[in-house]
Amino acid sequence: MTEQLIMTDVDLAEKFPQKVKLDERKGYEGYLVDADAFLDVAKHLRDELGYDYLSSITGVDYYPENYMESVYHFFRTTGGPALVLKVQIPRDNAVVPSLVSIYPGAEFQEREAWDLLGIRYEGHPDLRRILMWEGFAGHPLRKDWREPYYEEDGKPFKSRWPDGHVYRIEDKNPFHKNVDYPADFDPDQWVPDNDSSLYASLTKIQSSLSDSGLKTDTVIVNMGPQHPSTHGVFRMVVLLEGETIRALKPVMGYLHRNHEKIGERNTYLMNMPFTDRLDYLSSMSNNFGYALAVEKLMGIKPPERAEYLRVIMAEFTRISNHLFAIGSLLNDLGAYFTPMLYAIEERELILDVFEAVAGSRMMCNYFRFGGVARDLPEGVYEKIRDLAYERLPRRIDELDLYLTNNEIIRARCEGVGILTPEQAIAYSASGPLLRASGVPYDIRRADPYSVYDRFEFDVAVRYHGDVYDRYLVRMDEIRQSIRILQQAIRDLPEGPIQAGKPQYQVRVPPGEAYGRVEAPKGELGFYVVSNGKPNPWRYHVRAPSFINITALETMAKGNKVADSVAILGSIDIVLGELDR
Amino acid sequence: MDGFGILKGLGVTLRRFIGTYIDDIKWLGKRYFTEDGIRHRMSKDVSGIFTVQYPEEKIPVPEEFRFIPFLVYEEKEDGRIFHRCTSCGICAKVCPPQCIWIVRTTDPKTGRPVPEPAEFYIDVDICMNCGYCAEYCPFDAIKMDHDYELSVYDRHTHNIYNKEKLSKPLSYYASIRPTNYQREEAIRAEAEAAKAAKKVAAEN
Ligand code: SF4
Ligand code: SF4
Repeated sequence: MTEQLIMTDVDLAEKFPQKVKLDERKGYEGYLVDADAFLDVAKHLRDELGYDYLSSITGVDYYPENYMESVYHFFRTTGGPALVLKVQIPRDNAVVPSLVSIYPGAEFQEREAWDLLGIRYEGHPDLRRILMWEGFAGHPLRKDWREPYYEEDGKPFKSRWPDGHVYRIEDKNPFHKNVDYPADFDPDQWVPDNDSSLYASLTKIQSSLSDSGLKTDTVIVNMGPQHPSTHGVFRMVVLLEGETIRALKPVMGYLHRNHEKIGERNTYLMNMPFTDRLDYLSSMSNNFGYALAVEKLMGIKPPERAEYLRVIMAEFTRISNHLFAIGSLLNDLGAYFTPMLYAIEERELILDVFEAVAGSRMMCNYFRFGGVARDLPEGVYEKIRDLAYERLPRRIDELDLYLTNNEIIRARCEGVGILTPEQAIAYSASGPLLRASGVPYDIRRADPYSVYDRFEFDVAVRYHGDVYDRYLVRMDEIRQSIRILQQAIRDLPEGPIQAGKPQYQVRVPPGEAYGRVEAPKGELGFYVVSNGKPNPWRYHVRAPSFINITALETMAKGNKVADSVAILGSIDIVLGELDR
Repeated sequence: MDGFGILKGLGVTLRRFIGTYIDDIKWLGKRYFTEDGIRHRMSKDVSGIFTVQYPEEKIPVPEEFRFIPFLVYEEKEDGRIFHRCTSCGICAKVCPPQCIWIVRTTDPKTGRPVPEPAEFYIDVDICMNCGYCAEYCPFDAIKMDHDYELSVYDRHTHNIYNKEKLSKPLSYYASIRPTNYQREEAIRAEAEAAKAAKKVAAEN
């Protein structure tokens, strides 16, 4: 493997002289690529070097140096570490060629970087704002953009101590002033344009329709934002011909709070409890990814016992998440609450463990840099052991018997929402969605982190890429997680749970790091850039819910409108993470 | 597609349905509204109904459960109370949503800071119950509470807690978190002893 990597290293800079050079800033990795050669380099990466999976796109605003950077993380689906490319552009003319034509999975991520950072991706088929609304002024993740409640660039705020005379933020902001509008925008005069640009992007393909003899009119249907099947405030705009979906555009951002801007105001440690609020059904995994990224920057490793505790918590999280996903998928299919409650019953027991260990059922905030917050309190080890060895295996078998061969479920799920392996990779799908399409890519195996290389487990994979296989993959994964749990519980070593002394103000040397974990919903990555100060300079979340949605249109096209609910349910999204 | 899958599934629900009654009969009416019953419904052996009839029944919270911090004060024999907090400001600095506000006392004569806060506020609307303040306070002066029933009719007038509202006695802390309390007291006693020994050594 190492040999191979060295080969590609030589290859890239030599293959494109003058255009590609090594990123030699201290603490950085990868290559700097010229914007005009970028598409050629990307094609070469995909077709010659086998980096077929574009995991993450984001940008960084190096405001003091007056340039911006578009950052790309590529992986091979056969496994191995990342190849990082960066394109540097001036801040006032931030234009980068779009990768959508080579990696279709870039579509939403480029829209996000445009929306939040103002990097224009030339050649993007539909470069509209994605998280903010159309009337929004500016690009909030640029360093010179300030939020309406702006106080200081970084926490802790000086007003809190030693002279902390409390006030409510609402009191400080006279009415009307809590939103910033563009200069030429008057909210009283504004008439919503009926989402015309959105609908226009839908109807672009209208002319290419009509494969049946019967002429039908197309209709546009808005599903959501308030729709019970969207698991939150999420909207699907579908173009229907009869009952068949011809095109679909997801609309999101209703729950957007700019997690990343908050994260850049926070100190490193403060971000930990905020990550809980991303995918609030699996906060332990979120903690895990963030801790990995910052530990990489700091160059520290947690002690053995902490590593095992982390794995135990992450696998319990996976089980509880998948139980919830299966329960709500069945809900979406119309089975109402019986399967949901059967699944939730087991999840409650897992949450009891989290509550006893971390202090909270869902907002766990359990991981610290170089360890975990506390050791298992008395009696919890037994509880964990009983769950993993006794209760869960039995109950999963029961759930299996209850649902898997149910003819109605099979009839509704088999052959619906198909995603081929090629499409899944191209659209940067990850997690169960990718593995149900026959791509056995699991970061715990492909690029092991923590102590996952010590456990025996199989990467769950199914080959039809339909809704039913996504359900099956989740069932398989629950079983594999139980296997990992049993081994981790058996081998749990004694010892400290924290490397060094717990510190509230960690020193993070300058540099960048990308930490990623196989979260229950897919690849959860944290891209963190430090400039040596107490607050991260850049904090980006590669959210699996968000990126998995990119493939939604492909999956839904050609299916009946009623199936879009099942297809969405089978992706398993959480809006806290999708909208961030 | 012969329907056997559905029948098997229905068998599972039927078994669960009957199991509910069997479990109820086994417990002879003691399954609900008793402490043992609640604990049973949270255990690995539960079958049948597992829901809890809140607010008549409440799930016991584990020791580590955290909800809204409080300030610990100690009571002296003569009835005076003093807060452990030295207004060092660490909790205010570590608090992620920055909802702790501390006014440090200054001695009017010397103008130097006095180790007891003049005021201490927490905006509990903003507090995210992360527990950092309790975790990083070097004086064991702020701890997370177990009381989660805090709803009020008007948040604007009720939800900025001041020092008085935040203060709770050490005995209360010892009652909700006995293990933590004992561990911390042992460490404190040890530190005291070391300090005393050092003092003796310095005097000699
Ligand atoms: S509560 Fe603790 S951390 Fe906060 S100011 Fe008082 S002594 Fe310092
Ligand atoms: S629990 Fe967390 S959010 Fe609440 S006051 Fe303490 S540090 Fe702040």
